[in-house]
Amino acid sequence: MPETLLSDGVGELRFRDPAKARALAGALARVVAEIGRTPVSVMHVCGSHEQAIAKFGLRAVLPRDLNVIMGPGCPVCVTDVPEVDEAIVLAQDGVRIATYGDMLKVPGSVKSLADAQAEGARVDVVYSAAQAVELARDTTEDVVFFASGFETTAVATAAVVLSGPPGNFSVLSTHKYIPPVMEIVAEMPGSRVEGFLAAGHAATITGSAIFERFVERHGIPVVVAGFEPLDILGGLVKLVELVRDRSPKVVNMYPRCVTAEGNRNAQEQLWRVFRSVGGNWRGIAHVPNGNLRLRDEFAAVDARRKYNIDVRRLWTRAPSTLTQVCICGTIMAGTASPHECSLFGKQCVPDSPVGACMVSSEGTCKIWYQYGGHPDL
Amino acid sequence: MCLGVPGRVIEIRGATAIVDFFGVRRETRLDVVDEPVGPGDYILNHVGFAIRKIPSHEIQDTLALYELLLKETEGDMMAADVRGEIAGVRRPEGPDA
Repeated sequence: MPETLLSDGVGELRFRDPAKARALAGALARVVAEIGRTPVSVMHVCGSHEQAIAKFGLRAVLPRDLNVIMGPGCPVCVTDVPEVDEAIVLAQDGVRIATYGDMLKVPGSVKSLADAQAEGARVDVVYSAAQAVELARDTTEDVVFFASGFETTAVATAAVVLSGPPGNFSVLSTHKYIPPVMEIVAEMPGSRVEGFLAAGHAATITGSAIFERFVERHGIPVVVAGFEPLDILGGLVKLVELVRDRSPKVVNMYPRCVTAEGNRNAQEQLWRVFRSVGGNWRGIAHVPNGNLRLRDEFAAVDARRKYNIDVRRLWTRAPSTLTQVCICGTIMAGTASPHECSLFGKQCVPDSPVGACMVSSEGTCKIWYQYGGHPDL
Repeated sequence: MCLGVPGRVIEIRGATAIVDFFGVRRETRLDVVDEPVGPGDYILNHVGFAIRKIPSHEIQDTLALYELLLKETEGDMMAADVRGEIAGVRRPEGPDA
């Protein structure tokens, strides 16, 4: 009984307005029942959404017939193995690598950056692109910013590239672009996705209108939602209403943060520095236009053009057999859950992760493990 | 990484702002934000950059959510995300840094 759970189990602190949460949970149950077939599956593409859903126990108040699946919403998790290898080769050649903390333990073909660091390579954790530039200013060594993140984070990388970094600074971009992967996931065999919940703060920059083309092409509705429990429940209600009414369109349920056109200034900087090219997303697929790479005019700041990076010399031994059992890619594509992985919580835990989904704080496996391993209960 | 962190602008120094994030003063870059920002305004910071100005009627709600998250213990992932965002902002130079 959702109502009991909301008033007792979930509690006042978790929902600042329990009455509203109860009403939204009731509305969700009604609309899903009106759809009249089961299950109804929708997908979100944001680690912070999954964190909030798991942390606040939202799946406990969802109707049983509604599946809310996390898709490829973890940029660290979808960083491809050869991309990690590129950073490792550079680090082994004595280049100083600056990167976001979650990138350290992501497995490459034979090792991670953390392994390379333990063997003596220089790897610095930064919390922003600007810190990586400062690091370069404070040294004569070459510094490469191994840059991960979706378009929201790529904007910060673009801004530092445009602000004239020192000559010893360059960028190894693994930045990824979300809209194209939504097309891939929606078209995957076995895909059950009937609607997408889009991440509020990413849309702050791109604008909600960015999803119009996707909706036109696939006939699947997209709702932009914030991160508070009530924002997520409200977004889900709107999304299942659109599914029920067979009304594929973009609805912005987070107008206090998101406009249709987004932050034009940020978009202008993003696309002045980056262009979208096709590339592999780890374990998922080749995603046309899914990778953000530096434009030719910024070749001097592009580590791929500055250095001759040959990752093949790393491939001296085969990847571990555990790695081949890992189903991280299927989980990121939304067609399996962590519980379907035989390694989850056993051989694969945050302290010794096998796959990238257990490494990143935005990875489905780590989030499920951290918040009790079974957020559906 | 998606959450960002809100803060109150104390002072503008060229293309950067001195911002108070829940009692911690940091320098946030203003290259990306698409509106004029001045002292007293609230901004949302993501990896060291202000990505938007928070409209005045949204400030209380926004702060309440983050205050709730920051009460959480060290191990909580959402709290760690917000603390990581604060750690990503440059410390101002000068005696009170």
